[in-house]
Amino acid sequence: MNRLSWFNTVSLTLGFAFLYIPMVILIIFSFNESKLVTVWAGFSTKWYGELMQNQAFLDAAWVTVRVAVFSSTLATILGTMAAYVMVRGGRFFGRTLFSGMIYAPLVMPEVITGLSLLLLFIGIGLDRGILTIVLAHTTFSMCYVSVVVSSRLVTFDRSLEEAALDLGCSPAQAFRLVTLPIIAPAVISGWLLAFTLSLDDLVIASFTSGPSATTLPIKIFSAVRLGVSPEINALSTIMIAVVTVGVITASLVSKRAMVRQRQEEQAAARTE
Amino acid sequence: MRRAVLIAIPYVWLLALFLVPFFIVLKISLSDIALAIPPYTPTLDLSQGWAGIKEFFSQLDFENFVWLTEDDLYWKAYLSSVKIALIATALTLLVGYPIAYGMARAPEEWRPTLMMLVILPFWTSFLIRVYAWMGILSNEGYLNQFLLWTGIISTPLTILNTQTAVYIGIVYTYLPFMILPIYAALDRLDGSLIEAAEDLGCSRTQAFWLVTIPLSRPGIIAGCFLVMIPVIGEFVIPSLLGGSGTLMIGKVLWEEFFSNRDWPVASAVAVILLLILVIPIVLFQRNQQKQAEAEQ
Repeated sequence: MNRLSWFNTVSLTLGFAFLYIPMVILIIFSFNESKLVTVWAGFSTKWYGELMQNQAFLDAAWVTVRVAVFSSTLATILGTMAAYVMVRGGRFFGRTLFSGMIYAPLVMPEVITGLSLLLLFIGIGLDRGILTIVLAHTTFSMCYVSVVVSSRLVTFDRSLEEAALDLGCSPAQAFRLVTLPIIAPAVISGWLLAFTLSLDDLVIASFTSGPSATTLPIKIFSAVRLGVSPEINALSTIMIAVVTVGVITASLVSKRAMVRQRQEEQAAARTE
Repeated sequence: MRRAVLIAIPYVWLLALFLVPFFIVLKISLSDIALAIPPYTPTLDLSQGWAGIKEFFSQLDFENFVWLTEDDLYWKAYLSSVKIALIATALTLLVGYPIAYGMARAPEEWRPTLMMLVILPFWTSFLIRVYAWMGILSNEGYLNQFLLWTGIISTPLTILNTQTAVYIGIVYTYLPFMILPIYAALDRLDGSLIEAAEDLGCSRTQAFWLVTIPLSRPGIIAGCFLVMIPVIGEFVIPSLLGGSGTLMIGKVLWEEFFSNRDWPVASAVAVILLLILVIPIVLFQRNQQKQAEAEQ
């Protein structure tokens, strides 16, 4: 490929500066000594210390993590099933409705999803708490999982599955021994996506949570409404750090898995 | 048999937790507010059998929708949401396209890294990314400090709590949704087509408008829908960056529900918002299905 023209260099530089400068500023000022967030008064980690003392934030963080683990796991199972049905299921009654219900939540405004789920939970008399947040998060994130997984299912060579069936596998065995290992990277990234979506969600959690279960975004939102605070900067920095490490690790792992898979496929092709 | 179970589990889940709730919203939007738990009336009482159902339906009416048309707050909020969403989508496209284009033209070995740099902010909390701009845009914020220091301005600009701040916030947070589909389309684009256009006498600019743009159209369309549709119902950005002067329907719905506790009116607002969104959502879904079929 030819070298970048000056136009492309400028647009990439400005674009990435725009994406990253706000977060860099946030991180720098989380180490600010002063309570006034816009005036630099020397390096300090005291806001991190105060954060660790704040029981309300710690409780909310624990609720958030539990909700995210349960809902992303459920969403991955349901979303993978949905993807498999969409790509391999052939024709069945109500397929259009089904695919509509998969794609619509991706663009549905969160206020509508939140309100409608809340009214459902009240309608069936379910007490609002961790369970209702898990159900709500599972519903919208399973759609993201199914989009990620189905894009992998579409591109992989179907004859591998057929070969397994010809060699005497039951459909379930073929899925477990052939399909699942091949789509595993997509399933894992689907899980990660569902996990972060759940960690991140404010609107739907606000509608579906009760007084007994406050998630971290709800806590942050009510604090942030009063203005910028150094404690929130520290909390944001921790969350950014966790996500950065997670995303980089995940991409390295999936890259290695892809390289290995390609080598195995090539090796298999040679032995044929 | 197994296949039926496999189809049924996700199907029933989505029916119960996605579709049915909409009908409940619709039903409550036709009810009246009441000082009770739940705070609306009538409630469906199946124990009375057919008479109960008839009684239930006779009490539903369009009062809340009439109310929405009479109070011009709602009209203004709908119109201003659509307007903000359209302008913000165009701005995001203007900012996002050159980035996607630059990524597609970058040396092959850089591209995975650039991809990750675009995706990384998307994984970071939405709330935090909006919050980051509060410190930048406020009157004593970093942007004003910088501009005062350079001498470009002599009095601080008021940006936070205006619509400008809302546009900045939307472009910033939704940028990855615009870049990724456009990049995917540009990445697939066969470079020899542009060379052919140039060989046949197109200038580079002409080749860009006549070949690159039309061939990246599916990506542009997908990106615009992915930005526009959720922005219409956006709540976090207007409430943190927009101040009281920015009217958006997502915020109105939130306040109607949490502050006024008027569930029937909140539901009616949601129903109309959904009606506004049905057309773009259906178009988006068609576009996605066409794409998926083209790939298969």
